[in-house]
Amino acid sequence: MIRLDNVSKSYGGSIIIDSVSLTIPGNQTTVLIGPSGAGKSTVLALIDGIEAPDSGTIMIGCDPLTPGSAPQLRRRMGYVIQDGGLFPHLTSRQNIDLMAKEAGWPLLQRRARVDELCALTRFPANALERYPAELSGGQRQRVSLMRALMLDPPILLMDEPLGALDPVIRAELQDDLKAIFSRLTKTVVLVTHDISEAAFLGSTIILMRAGHIVQQGHFRDLVARPGDPFVSQFIHAQLRRLTTMNEGAMQSFLRHR
Amino acid sequence: MKLGKVGLILAMAAAAALMVVTADAGPEIRIGSKKFTESVILAELASKLCASAGANAVHLPGLGGTRFLWDALLAHEIDVYPEYTATLREEILAGERIAGEGGLETALAKRGLRMSRPLGFSDSYALGMMPQKAQQLGITKISGLAPHHSLRFGLSDEFINRADGWPALRAAYQLNPADVRGLDHDIAYKGLAEGAIDVIDLYTTDAEIGYYGIQILDDDRHVFPANEAVLIYRAELEQRAPKAIQAMRRLEGRIGNAAMRSMNSAVKIGRRSETDVAAWFVAANFGVAEAGSTDTLAGRLLRRTIEHLRLTLLSLAAAIVIALPLGIIAARRPKAGQAILALVSILQTIPSLALLVFMIPILGIGAPPAIAALFLYSLLPIVRNTASGLSSIPLSIRNSAIALGLSPVRCLQLVELPMASPAILAGIKTAAVINVGTATLGALIGAGGYGQPIFTGVRLDNFGLILEGAVPAALLALAVQGLFELAEHYLVPRGLRLRRETPP
Repeated sequence: MIRLDNVSKSYGGSIIIDSVSLTIPGNQTTVLIGPSGAGKSTVLALIDGIEAPDSGTIMIGCDPLTPGSAPQLRRRMGYVIQDGGLFPHLTSRQNIDLMAKEAGWPLLQRRARVDELCALTRFPANALERYPAELSGGQRQRVSLMRALMLDPPILLMDEPLGALDPVIRAELQDDLKAIFSRLTKTVVLVTHDISEAAFLGSTIILMRAGHIVQQGHFRDLVARPGDPFVSQFIHAQLRRLTTMNEGAMQSFLRHR
Repeated sequence: MKLGKVGLILAMAAAAALMVVTADAGPEIRIGSKKFTESVILAELASKLCASAGANAVHLPGLGGTRFLWDALLAHEIDVYPEYTATLREEILAGERIAGEGGLETALAKRGLRMSRPLGFSDSYALGMMPQKAQQLGITKISGLAPHHSLRFGLSDEFINRADGWPALRAAYQLNPADVRGLDHDIAYKGLAEGAIDVIDLYTTDAEIGYYGIQILDDDRHVFPANEAVLIYRAELEQRAPKAIQAMRRLEGRIGNAAMRSMNSAVKIGRRSETDVAAWFVAANFGVAEAGSTDTLAGRLLRRTIEHLRLTLLSLAAAIVIALPLGIIAARRPKAGQAILALVSILQTIPSLALLVFMIPILGIGAPPAIAALFLYSLLPIVRNTASGLSSIPLSIRNSAIALGLSPVRCLQLVELPMASPAILAGIKTAAVINVGTATLGALIGAGGYGQPIFTGVRLDNFGLILEGAVPAALLALAVQGLFELAEHYLVPRGLRLRRETPP
């Protein structure tokens, strides 16, 4: 369980997170969603301790997160950064087992763990010796995910992991992620701006706007009982576009028959 | 860490170069000479005789002008140099109004110095003209110049400034020419031969007098005093290296005007090296055979290459050790970074010759001040490239390193420095190539290296000698460039090279 109490954060005078309180339940997937600039990525960075809040407290399980405790608490968290953040000078394998090596894991144990993760993320083992520049976008995301999972942390933070992928690979990875999450039973916090991705992956959805939390709940709660006009507005903006586009495509398909 | 390896290799090479150069025996005697042939020959003669007595004689040829050598002698930077009695009396010790020869010795002794007996020849000032011009105007004596105000005078700076030089001459002969310019002595000769100037000052032993057929104008009012060549040296040398001093003083009274002029001429016109000419003279007059190897082209090249490499490697290694941390600080703390970069940039704007001269009061002459100056010059490219290489690492990479749990130090070692390695290596390469070029200037302050033949060649107008220094210097710069490209191939992680080959 992760808890934020009255957490605020501003950069250069503009408030990014405005007195946010929220509880992220353990062992399930929570999706942070909202328009860009809503503060979703900042919430993740605050949870990981990369950023320190201006005010408020953050609890990771039963432990308060402070600049002093962050390095320790961070070991319980895997973090997949927005564009992967892979180190270009290291091969996939070196990226993945860097921290295990730092922690003094023996070679065989590291190899076994990497093999396990390759199977889990359906990553081709022969691509392990390739450098990030030699991988496809989807493969790079799988390597980032493996790197975050290497030390088997109970918490997994993912910042727009599928943002830069083309639709086919994106759908494929969404399927894989869903399977991985259900197998691993970790506390997953995932940031996206895509409502269908949020609905597909998340048990709980937290909708944010301009540094505030607008509503937290299941997808069907957000649809059926929107707490604010913005909730339905945000959901329908994306869904309506999708529906009209589908209808248009259907009509032109019918016309051309 | 791979960059650490480079530093280590450079440091080891530098240490090796240092050892090769310093391996020698006997009491060390540092002999300086002024920036003209006669002085270089005299110092070379002294050095050969010292060496024949078992001393480790080091000749630092062509260091500069009178004041420079005098200061170096007082500061214990050199032990011996050839000087002239009138220069001592009228220029160096002008304020003391020394009368007889005994007075001169007392004045020197007060400063812990000794003077040899005169070596034989008198190198007096004189004025010279091309004979055609002199005949045309009917001039044979200096007094004959007075009516001709339109004559162009090209005089050496030293002559213009010394009390017994131009000021004395001008007063005694009522000379008032419209055009008097200060010129380098060697250039003045060429100017005279080409008709660009009409009258120059010269020394009575100058080789060019015979070569250009210059007419010497009679000093009919006896303004120029006799100017006998002597060797002056530090008094403590008589305890430290008595045999060498004894050997060196065998030159007293042995070099007449004709002998000196013919040696000058053998170097300036016959294109032989001062070393050769001096070796011939000591062999013929004192039966001293050349100790050790003869000075072959290969031997000279090897010696200068070692000297040059020592200058560049030591300064570069020191610069890497200091500039890398400075670059890291500059990347981490923007305010401190601005100050650091401003400082090293200012260092870079100081002209290299000026920087070399600044170093002399602190570090003396020879290799140390040159290494220090080159070190300061090498800082900017390395600091700047390290800082910019580190700052150009995307924030997402740094954040993901922290998120993974790497400590700041490990992050620097495992992620940031390897990622910045292409920029850092490029900075070191720039510093090294500039360093190889700038190190040639080290010869001006006695540091040796490829600059030695270049500046000797300029002094003697000997293009072959200039090439003897310039060609290896250029080749070394190319080799350094090639070496770093090779190093880049091994040191820059393959993943980074991939990224550069395939544009995103």
